[in-house]
Amino acid sequence: MLRVLALASVVLLGIAPQASQAITVYTSWERHALVGSDVRLSCSFFSWRFVSEDVSFTWRYRPDGSRDSVSIAHYAGGEPYTDNKGAFKDRVEFVGNPKRRDGSILIKNLDFSDNGTFTCDAKNPPDIVGRPSSVRLLVFETLPIQAGVITGAIIGVVLGLLVLIVVIYYLMRFLVARRVFSLSVSKHGKKKKEGSQQRQASFLLLLFFLFLLPLLQYPPPLLPPLPHMHPVCSDKRNRLARCHHHMTIWRDYNSIQRLLREFGMRKRVVKGNIHLLCMAAQLT
Amino acid sequence: MLCILLGVLALHLLVFILLIVSTASNEKGHSDLWYSCLSEPKAYSCSQASNEDWIQAVQALMILAVVFCFVSLLAFAYQLFRLFKGGRFYFTSIFQILASVFVMCAAIIYTVMRPSNGKGFGYSYVLAWVLCLFFIVLPPLNARCS
Repeated sequence: MLRVLALASVVLLGIAPQASQAITVYTSWERHALVGSDVRLSCSFFSWRFVSEDVSFTWRYRPDGSRDSVSIAHYAGGEPYTDNKGAFKDRVEFVGNPKRRDGSILIKNLDFSDNGTFTCDAKNPPDIVGRPSSVRLLVFETLPIQAGVITGAIIGVVLGLLVLIVVIYYLMRFLVARRVFSLSVSKHGKKKKEGSQQRQASFLLLLFFLFLLPLLQYPPPLLPPLPHMHPVCSDKRNRLARCHHHMTIWRDYNSIQRLLREFGMRKRVVKGNIHLLCMAAQLT
Repeated sequence: MLCILLGVLALHLLVFILLIVSTASNEKGHSDLWYSCLSEPKAYSCSQASNEDWIQAVQALMILAVVFCFVSLLAFAYQLFRLFKGGRFYFTSIFQILASVFVMCAAIIYTVMRPSNGKGFGYSYVLAWVLCLFFIVLPPLNARCS
């Protein structure tokens, strides 16, 4: 069984390179560049053989609308050759490293007449069967907006606004709950003060409720219950203390609710926010 | 009761998957969202969709709709399994309504701005309009579940 497997693997390894012994050339699909700038057109290849000494790269240029292509750069026998007669005279430079399978060229000082297709053909003897690859060069006066910039901007802004709205909403609820709790505690603690101070405190409370509590009309759909801060009696040891705590809060809130009912606000509003209030109580 | 809940959850999932299909699909020979291809009998040539502003806006709106639909799906599943007493599916519904607004905007912009080649509409376009309907139908169903 093992022998069969070994034989099969040897045969496969022997066959596979033979079957796909073609050289694959890679270039970019499209390049955009500004008039007057330089652009580096990259060309690479994959071959099953090691890079031989006779590796060759050929770059051809075909203008837009033409059917003939002219050779502008050639690398063979370890020496690069560039265009010295045509439209690319003294503008092309071979900047690749053929030993590392890189046959890139640099075209300087672009002009609108350089719009066209550049084809790179690489040969790695004895691996010579392969198709050349083309890159399209587009020269612009001003670079157009890149694909995806507007998309990303719209998505980012909308998501950012959403996050901001949610954060502000929960922050305001928390602040109001905290303020309400601290006011109620102070009201409860200074019971023996004069009536005018009580009236002031209740007036402040009213202000807060009138302006900010309408935001709290809707109960928190996603607020998870915080068991360790919930005033409902959970710990058997401090049961009495917690129930008293709970009752204390409720007493304050009953008085607040009496005040609210005069203005037609619902009891459910305060009840629903008891978590935030207890959290505020723990922090004050 | 549980059947209704599971049914609505399945509907959510279906809508989400359809939205992804509609956003990510690209048919050969139509003017597409991500790249445009010309097909001939034995070859096809694809290039990236034009960098025009409106296509990018349509792309952005579709992606946002996918995101919002996903969030609403998560919120629905969360509320389902937490079962807040008397809790309403506000979060889910709001996100779905927003997603429907985005899909509708994307479909409208695409309809108005598409190049007039006379090539017709692909299945992803039809799917987008169907999804608009779905998204409008779903929030009342959510309300029924609470």
